[in-house]
Amino acid sequence: MSSIDDLIARAERLAENKKLSITTISRKLLNDGKGLSRLKAGGQCTLKTLETALAKLAEIEAAPQADRPFSASTAPASPKPNAGPSPQLSHLKRLETESIHIMREVVSEAEKPVMLYSVGKDSAVMLHLAMKAFYPSKPPFPVMHVDTTWKFREMIAFRDEWINKLGLDLIVHVNEEGVRQEVGPFTHGSQIHTDMMKTQALKQALDKHQFDVAFGGARRDEEKSRAKERIFSFRSSQHRWDPKNQRPELWDIYNTNIHKGESIRVFPLSNWTELDIWQYIYKESIPIVPLYFAKERPVVERDGTMIMVDDDRLPLKPGEKPEMRKVRFRTLGCYPLTGAVDSSAETLPEIIQEMLLTKSSERQGRMIDHDQSASMEKKKQEGYF
Amino acid sequence: MSHHAALAEQDIMAYLQAHEDKSFLRFITCGSVDDGKSTLIGRLLYDSKLIFEDQLSALESDSKKLGTQGEKIDFALLVDGLAAEREQGITIDVAYRFFSTDKRKFIVADTPGHEQYTRNMATGASTADIAIILIDARKGILTQTRRHSFIVSLLGIKNVIVAINKMDLVDYAQDVFEKIEAEYREFAKQLTFESILCIPMSALEGDNITEKSHLTDWYQGPALLPYLETVDVSSNLSDKPFRMPVQWVNRPNLDFRGFSGTIAGGAIRPGDDIVVLPSAIRSSVSRIVTYGGDLEEAGPDQAVTLTLADEVDISRGDIICAGQAPAEQTDQFAAHLLWMHEDALLPGRQYLLKTANRTVPATVTELKHKINVNTLVKQSGKTLELNEIGVCNLSTTQPIAFDNYNDNRKTGSFILIDRQSNNTIGAGMIDFSLRRAQNVHWQHLEIDKAARARQKHQKPCMLWFTGLSGSGKSTVANLVEKRLHDIGRHTYSLDGDNIRHGLNKDLGFTDADRVENIRRVGETAKLMVDAGMVVLVSFISPFASERRLARSLVEKNEFLEVYISTPLEVCEQRDVKGLYAKARRGEIKNFTGIDSEYEAPENAEIELDTSVMTAAEAAEEIVKHLEASGYLEG
Repeated sequence: MSSIDDLIARAERLAENKKLSITTISRKLLNDGKGLSRLKAGGQCTLKTLETALAKLAEIEAAPQADRPFSASTAPASPKPNAGPSPQLSHLKRLETESIHIMREVVSEAEKPVMLYSVGKDSAVMLHLAMKAFYPSKPPFPVMHVDTTWKFREMIAFRDEWINKLGLDLIVHVNEEGVRQEVGPFTHGSQIHTDMMKTQALKQALDKHQFDVAFGGARRDEEKSRAKERIFSFRSSQHRWDPKNQRPELWDIYNTNIHKGESIRVFPLSNWTELDIWQYIYKESIPIVPLYFAKERPVVERDGTMIMVDDDRLPLKPGEKPEMRKVRFRTLGCYPLTGAVDSSAETLPEIIQEMLLTKSSERQGRMIDHDQSASMEKKKQEGYF
Repeated sequence: MSHHAALAEQDIMAYLQAHEDKSFLRFITCGSVDDGKSTLIGRLLYDSKLIFEDQLSALESDSKKLGTQGEKIDFALLVDGLAAEREQGITIDVAYRFFSTDKRKFIVADTPGHEQYTRNMATGASTADIAIILIDARKGILTQTRRHSFIVSLLGIKNVIVAINKMDLVDYAQDVFEKIEAEYREFAKQLTFESILCIPMSALEGDNITEKSHLTDWYQGPALLPYLETVDVSSNLSDKPFRMPVQWVNRPNLDFRGFSGTIAGGAIRPGDDIVVLPSAIRSSVSRIVTYGGDLEEAGPDQAVTLTLADEVDISRGDIICAGQAPAEQTDQFAAHLLWMHEDALLPGRQYLLKTANRTVPATVTELKHKINVNTLVKQSGKTLELNEIGVCNLSTTQPIAFDNYNDNRKTGSFILIDRQSNNTIGAGMIDFSLRRAQNVHWQHLEIDKAARARQKHQKPCMLWFTGLSGSGKSTVANLVEKRLHDIGRHTYSLDGDNIRHGLNKDLGFTDADRVENIRRVGETAKLMVDAGMVVLVSFISPFASERRLARSLVEKNEFLEVYISTPLEVCEQRDVKGLYAKARRGEIKNFTGIDSEYEAPENAEIELDTSVMTAAEAAEEIVKHLEASGYLEG
């Protein structure tokens, strides 16, 4: 038995005994939640890494009590259970409790809420928070993905597996009219594609199921125009956002009264920043789509943006030849509209490190924003999130 | 590229460890554009290096193009979305900004400071732990300084930083700073701050922002950012008695019944005694359940699920309180109220009052006085307009549990919601219970409504005639009453003539007076229904919300809305009393249909148009309806 097999076997035993997830142990041993599963799948590591991991493993095995990294939110780190309340909640805890509060308010007051799920990292955090908010109950609402039919294949696979694992209801909505007209980013351009397959599709889905409240994962730090967005954002019966007619939000009291046919978009992650999101994913070992991690992928460079050749629907221009490059994605959307970045970040800490040292803001990889200036504002008024 | 870059680059694990347990502070900046507020926020964002290079190069080119600082970077451009918004006519609003240092994450509420934005400042202050009040060193304390200070004090902020800015323009003179500080401390004695820190500053030059400036070596206190990073605001809620407003009852299966909510004050442990309001049922906590495992103790701001030792009936809207120190309960209380809508407050009108977790109908029964936000002087008034603040008495249809706002912001606050538009129109801070709720007990009466009705052999009810002046309300009501009298029913008519000349002779025709007028009429009619009478009420009663109020006063089948829908042209043509002519000439103000709105009923039980039928026919229709609906049996 090789040392790696030994490491994996012992780690799995430890997981069983201490009721810890394998990703948590992996993080402790290798500073990487997916490290163990990668090793198990035949991956390799340096001798030095293995040595360190084995030493840490022995340490944890010897520890008398399971020290659960994200249990007992404020229970002090010292083993004494009654050491008094921690003086202050950490910033991530404060953000977490605010989001949970918002979700519980919605569930108590809405008739038929739904959580919009984009499969991205913000959605992953939002869903994790929902699992926490209603525990031991399951989140009392379905999860809905508006599928433009041009998402990365890995996103769809991840979505199906993860939602199924959590035991939640998944609604997938596709604009069938758009499919019939064969709408796509290459044939119709990114604007029409996004409008038909995303904006219109979302409206269709909300109307079809008569949802009165929809959770979305937008954050205020994403863009200047969102800095003043409310947590509860009101939409007319035509799903229009009227910037002049939004309600003041004082304390944590949210006015959820609406007329029949009107709806509310609720953003529980409003006060999170991109860094908060990554730190939380790391701290809580939240699974995310592998596309966020650097890997050799087939890409073509087009107008200064690297597009991944995810399937054979990408029409190659004369002279274009997909090349393998080590890339990752900072945001995820339709694959022809999402630019990859050169990166060697294979673990969460490396992603965070890269982000802290990077030189451009997050939405740069999103082609939809470049299309028109002030386009977010406009899209929002039209009913895009 | 951030200032964390060094650590992040060398040892990302150490960085993550250090940043996982950062604390959290929310603050608001108050000041006008000229005080350097945007420059200060821009400077904080810049100095904490949370600006990406693409944003920075945009800023540098914008500074040259649009900036006011010559070749230097104009930090204000980083945050100034507001000027553009003003031009576009979009609501000027609260913008939230984020930055963090190695010790803390900060959320900044950035609000415009002019008087017409009192509402926005209050919104930003409602969630802030600390306020920074900017003063231009050249100008000293201005009216707006007083206004900003009053609003943040009213919203319960206990720690303020007075940033005496633009010190570079007064040569960093100590005496200028000290004079302003002394004056401010004197003024602030009438407010409720617990700590005040005055800092001499130049946001533009970066003096005393991230570190102490050598240009103000006479200043002994801390620089702004180090102070923000270390100031302790956590004790405010943890020393209070335990409170948890129940948001949601958590019932995954028959074996588990938990109560989910965010702790609004104090701490709780398994075994602690609790009392539930308003039912006053007592029990003790058995578990503090969270996704990550049960807790030994939980404190303020934590979102938890409690299970109790006994099976007790608790629902959303209840508050779980410390057994020894429950919250108060009342249905009548005094509060500070900030008006947030263009439609003025109407005392007597029914609004919805929403607390942390409960919504109940409520009315402002009395506006005791208004407060001038610039001078803090009390003024008398009948209503509150947008951005005005007053002290009011309120009455709710059901008792609510509360704490004084100064003791607990979460259990002492509420918003008011308009029942028709659903807008948030007011924000309130509860001062104290009027105690009448406990002192006034209903006299138990042996002879009740049913007994009186039996004696008269009739079903009491209220016939509410509404319609424009001259539509024929009183004429028709008069004929109906005659018919009922003829068949031996006990009736009474209330109309403008017998009410406006007596009971309501103190009221005019403003919106506020109209609301009060109808409220009194409704209450009088209710007493008559209670006496077993058939009451005919004929008032224009133009507002749907007051008619709804009247309807809510009696039981479901006791209220019949009769809408006399004669069109305006016909009414004006008739003009029996010559009022329309006067209104058209401008001699009467607020005349319904001319310069005051009439909100037509949507669900009236009976609707009749006297332009297409005679008054006698209309009366006949009504009597037939009463017969068919069983009101004339017995």
